[in-house]
Amino acid sequence: MKRVIFGSSWLPYAFLAPQILIVIIFFYLPAAEAVRASFYLENPFGGGSTFVGIDNYKDVLTDDNYVRVAKFTFWFSLLVTFFSLAIALLLAVKADTVLRGAKSYRILLMWVYAIAPPVAGLIGVLMFDQHVGPITDVAALFGYKMQIGVNYNDTAAAMIIISIWKQVPVNFIFFLSGLQSIPKAVREAAQIDCRSSWRRFWTVTFPMLAPTGFFLLIINITYALFDTFAVIDVVMKNEPGSNPMTLVYKVYLDGFRGSDLGGSSAQSVILMALVLLLTIFQFRMIERRVHYT
Amino acid sequence: MASVTIDHVTKEYSTSGRPAVSDVSLAIAEGEFIVLVGPSGCGKSTLLRMVAGLEKITDGEVRIGDRRVNEVDPADRDIAMVFQNYALYPHMTVRKNMGYGLKNRRLPKAEIEKRVAEAASILQLDEYLDRRPRELSGGQRQRVAMGRAIVREPACFLFDEPLSNLDAKLRVEMRGEIKQLQRRLGTTSIYVTHDQLEAMTLADRLVVLNKGEVEQIGAPLDVYRSPASTFVASFIGSPAMSLLNAASDGSALRIGDVVVASGAGLAAGPVTLGVRAEDFILAPTSGGFAMQVSYVEELGAGRLVHGAVQGQMLTLSISADHPMTDELIIAIDPARLHLFDASSGKRITPRRETAEA
Repeated sequence: MKRVIFGSSWLPYAFLAPQILIVIIFFYLPAAEAVRASFYLENPFGGGSTFVGIDNYKDVLTDDNYVRVAKFTFWFSLLVTFFSLAIALLLAVKADTVLRGAKSYRILLMWVYAIAPPVAGLIGVLMFDQHVGPITDVAALFGYKMQIGVNYNDTAAAMIIISIWKQVPVNFIFFLSGLQSIPKAVREAAQIDCRSSWRRFWTVTFPMLAPTGFFLLIINITYALFDTFAVIDVVMKNEPGSNPMTLVYKVYLDGFRGSDLGGSSAQSVILMALVLLLTIFQFRMIERRVHYT
Repeated sequence: MASVTIDHVTKEYSTSGRPAVSDVSLAIAEGEFIVLVGPSGCGKSTLLRMVAGLEKITDGEVRIGDRRVNEVDPADRDIAMVFQNYALYPHMTVRKNMGYGLKNRRLPKAEIEKRVAEAASILQLDEYLDRRPRELSGGQRQRVAMGRAIVREPACFLFDEPLSNLDAKLRVEMRGEIKQLQRRLGTTSIYVTHDQLEAMTLADRLVVLNKGEVEQIGAPLDVYRSPASTFVASFIGSPAMSLLNAASDGSALRIGDVVVASGAGLAAGPVTLGVRAEDFILAPTSGGFAMQVSYVEELGAGRLVHGAVQGQMLTLSISADHPMTDELIIAIDPARLHLFDASSGKRITPRRETAEA
């Protein structure tokens, strides 16, 4: 890290001010407001609120529906994270060995990344559409009638698949650059030391990808928890009913559709705590290992 | 241990361009230390990598022992390679780095440990066995890379410029160690370098490569004393041999209008005259010619004098005690001059030298 000594004491703060302001306005103030609101019961029709202590939290955590959504969120995040990492890694390893037309391959594999999440969700929904969706047609070939938005499992599967599809390119880019930063000589040394390319991958390439992999793991968990909102929203077509959803979606639903600002705030505070834990874990792990040079 | 035979090997990256390695043949005896030397881009590394199996052979054959290895996987060629930038596995300890190749070959654990311990003690790495590469200095990393090769007890060691990332002092030390180690283990070795001094000091036999072709193969001293071409003459030896445009009239060899040597036995016409810096005679009793001194390099033990004769640059080494003047009268030791064809650059052997031999 480069250290710069400033002559005056206010100058560094002046340089930092824009960033600090942005963080305060868009993060600390809303977060503080959410924490405050989580202890109050808002009147949905305006006109004041009542302090209720931790009642909102009690309600949330004892609510069967909340527990059900939390469970779905867990499995959803696990599957999305695992498959988007695994598929991206497989594609990156394969693309890394392509010699002819490597660039076109890479662009083809990356460009889903450039699509905005709601658009990706829409494309996904079209793929699963009951009348024109090719995936529904394929399922029909096997005698299965897919009903997105009606059948709970079908909807869940569609959400998971679309979310994975949207995230694979991001992971692919990182994995590919991670693979390419492995020195050629190290791979060649491994080629002389180990005949089996499978074994070579797991004993040399994969451990050397660990820093990238760990970084992506955290990014993907965060993605699955929060950034899949748009995909879920589009798949659900505004009909929450008995459809699967993640915790973040439920925060939105309870707060803005159900007008329960207090309960919704309590839910987002819980989520905030979760993210905090995840971040602490990430920094601890990064400090401890995964730094090679 | 085994012999290595390189038989008319060619490497082409594209069918149109000049081949990277062109029709190279070389028979390496068991236990021999061969150094491939040449400027960058001469194909020396490519040749080594073809022996290793990291590069496909376009044409020709490589044999290790009696076995043709063109199609054999690098891991099955029974070779070990030391890379320029060490190529250690950053996530493994020194012990695991050295044992990795053995583990993959399903050697018993006890045997692996024994070999690693042996190599570590030879290379003075005992106390570093549980460290990771990033905690080691450049010299130590190089030793680990060597250790990884030694434990394999291969038929042949391949070195790809292993010392070029080290500083000058360490390089000289490691050079000595590699030489001693190779003597001790008696393993056939092929060593690639662009450093002619490294090549001279290490090699049993030198292979000088230029533009993918072999210029000369021979013991270091033979190559030094009778370079096969002007390329070898200027590449091997420091300072480089002075190469002068001269002309023979059948009886005398002249530079411009100065007679520098007898031209007996030479056909009349232009010729390239080569003289090592140490093969000039200072202040001869007869037949000397004048050299204008342009600058002097002090080396401590002696000095290198750069100057010109008839406008052509040459370098001679003289004792530091010799008084320096702006002009030196010099002559060329007639037994030690080299003649090369003026157009092809190939060595010409005049009759009188053959008569001497």
